[in-house]
Amino acid sequence: MSEITVSAAPPLPAAAEKFKFYGLWLAAAIVLLLLPRIFGSGGSLTTFSLIGISIIFSLSYNILLGQTGMLSFGHAVYYGLGGFLVIHAINILSANKLPIPLPVVPLIGGLTGLAFAALLGWVSTQRSGTAFAMISLGVAELIASSALILRTFFGGEAGISANRTKLLKLFGWNFGPQIQIYYLVAAWTLIAVIAMYALTRTPLGRMCNAVRDNPERVQFVGYNPHVVRYLAFCFSGFFAGIAGALAAINFEIANSAYLGAVQSGTVLFATYIGGIGFFIGPIVGAIFVTFLSLGLSDLTQVWQLYFGLIFIAVVLFAPGGITGLLMMHRPLLKAGTLSRMLPSYAIALLPTLAMIAGGILSLETIVHYTVNPGDDSHIKAFGVSFDAASPYIWAMAAILLIGGYLVARKTWTWVGHAWDDATSVAREKGIAP
Amino acid sequence: MLELIVISTLNGVLFGMLLFLMASGLTVIFSMLGVLNFAHASFYMLGAFFGFQISRWLGFWPALLIAPLLAGAIGAGVERYGLRRVHRNGHVAELLFTFGLAFVIEEVVQIIWGKSPVDFRVPALLDFPAFTIFSTNYPAYKMFMLLVSIAIFIGLLIVLKKTRIGLIVQAALTHPHMVGHLGHNVGRIFMLVFGVGTALAAVAGVIAGPALVTQSNMAGLLGPILFVVVVVGGLGSLPGAFVASLLIGLVQTFAVSMNGSLSGAFGPLSPAYASTWLADIWGVTVAQIAPIMPYVLLVLILILRPMGLLGTRDT
Repeated sequence: MSEITVSAAPPLPAAAEKFKFYGLWLAAAIVLLLLPRIFGSGGSLTTFSLIGISIIFSLSYNILLGQTGMLSFGHAVYYGLGGFLVIHAINILSANKLPIPLPVVPLIGGLTGLAFAALLGWVSTQRSGTAFAMISLGVAELIASSALILRTFFGGEAGISANRTKLLKLFGWNFGPQIQIYYLVAAWTLIAVIAMYALTRTPLGRMCNAVRDNPERVQFVGYNPHVVRYLAFCFSGFFAGIAGALAAINFEIANSAYLGAVQSGTVLFATYIGGIGFFIGPIVGAIFVTFLSLGLSDLTQVWQLYFGLIFIAVVLFAPGGITGLLMMHRPLLKAGTLSRMLPSYAIALLPTLAMIAGGILSLETIVHYTVNPGDDSHIKAFGVSFDAASPYIWAMAAILLIGGYLVARKTWTWVGHAWDDATSVAREKGIAP
Repeated sequence: MLELIVISTLNGVLFGMLLFLMASGLTVIFSMLGVLNFAHASFYMLGAFFGFQISRWLGFWPALLIAPLLAGAIGAGVERYGLRRVHRNGHVAELLFTFGLAFVIEEVVQIIWGKSPVDFRVPALLDFPAFTIFSTNYPAYKMFMLLVSIAIFIGLLIVLKKTRIGLIVQAALTHPHMVGHLGHNVGRIFMLVFGVGTALAAVAGVIAGPALVTQSNMAGLLGPILFVVVVVGGLGSLPGAFVASLLIGLVQTFAVSMNGSLSGAFGPLSPAYASTWLADIWGVTVAQIAPIMPYVLLVLILILRPMGLLGTRDT
């Protein structure tokens, strides 16, 4: 037996790889430290804090969706409950002058998330797949509706607030200014990301992948898939609780929106758009979606519609998400055939962009006529002003949309052929599978 | 008391039948395609809004026919050009696709009809009290809703039990792969089933629109309850969906009409801690917790019978 284990175990990584691996984390830490030096304005610090929170939340969600194959529609429950408990904890700590500083407080949120995941998870994880998705939705609705009934604890519609500066001071930091909150979020993000990465390397992490891929075989090997799912659920709840706690500290308020379906939907969007197949996917997704939701709302009135359309486009055309798309090209890069793809990409890009532009133009025109028909027809969307009442604009939108679609369809088949050529060369070199 | 029971039973059965109109389509779609259509409640909403718009132009009766056909056509298109494409990426991708679709439909409805409720009125022909029980006037429109849903229920039963297409659908409920092996055009059957299922949801939307509130959040409010119905009844079981629809319809309607609370029942025994944050639990009435009843039922069923009431298939 021991012989088998020895021969089956992967070889210890070489010193160079180890150096590369730890160097990566060190580089991440240095980048996080230096970011506020480069972008020091209050707005960008808030954005970075939001991104950090979103990264923890999305990664915790990916423990369920990407690693264990459980699609949850109610992950915000553990995020929100962590946030609420932390607000209450800050109020209690500052009222009683307990010697606990703010940097430790997110742990309370994490433990809350863990406790509720442990409580609700056993029932939820009894079944996987579609049934689990529906159950998670039902449980989330149960908690979110209860929060509106238990007004004293959850503060009803308005929520509850706290003052984060009243806690025990560490090294003279009172966590009033946003820069101090940024460092708090950054430190917790780094810790949580490392912890969640470590989790994927443990035997439990590997069992989670096995449960995702083939639960029946996991049973034959002698594990109970329900228990593995339950453990993954608990870990996921713990990190979601930390994210919720940081959000509550950042805003100094927790309300019922934290628990709601919108929050659960947003984390699902972020994780899936980033890509669930790779550890780094949710990080990319969190950054992308945070920037998108902050940026799009300035550019257009109906940004949520674009958000939904982007999500559908990713589900339809790039099920691996952004990272999945990028990682597809790795074998080609190694085989040196990536350059063959570039001309066809360049050709396909033009009609695709034209189609998208036409789509946006027609959408904005329709929105103008349905949402605010009485207004001036000279509207501005995505920084471009145009006259929504002009027939030229309508004609241009139609030509761009339909013409772009017809040409794009042709060019993308060329991309497909180029892709086949490039991968077959890579396959001959023994790089691509 | 008797009055309350009679009225609540009528309303409960009505709500249950409406739920079943949607849950039946959802169940058949799930059984055949293996995908739980997250956007099913959105087609209910589309039905209500199409019904509203068409009844403005042509009147209520044409709307009752055209709106479901329109929504069904959109549903069939979604299956043909959307779901069939994502099918090769697995069930999670399919569920996510319908999730994104539900999001987009809600946004589009908000853009076209706005966020506030639209003025969808009961047709003048049915705007009178049908009968009076114990001084309560029962509106004729509600009886009409009940009759329509029962008629569709019977029609569905006949189609499923007596026709050839019903036979195929029934076979696909339990042995979806075998039906494909027998040489039926599975793609077309799927498209048809998806179209009919979404059209049924739209019928529910058109007839429920004037009685309930026609607003852009109606899908978001009803969707989760619909999934509770399907899970409680047992995924993929039509009789189960029927029982669960009626059960949840009755439970919710009766809960709304009850005013009791713990403090009302055990008032004199009021414990000291009832004045702290537990006061919420102590003082809340049954009517106030009516919205969470379906979810409580869901958790109970999952603990006691994870397969659902009449479910046999594990997914």
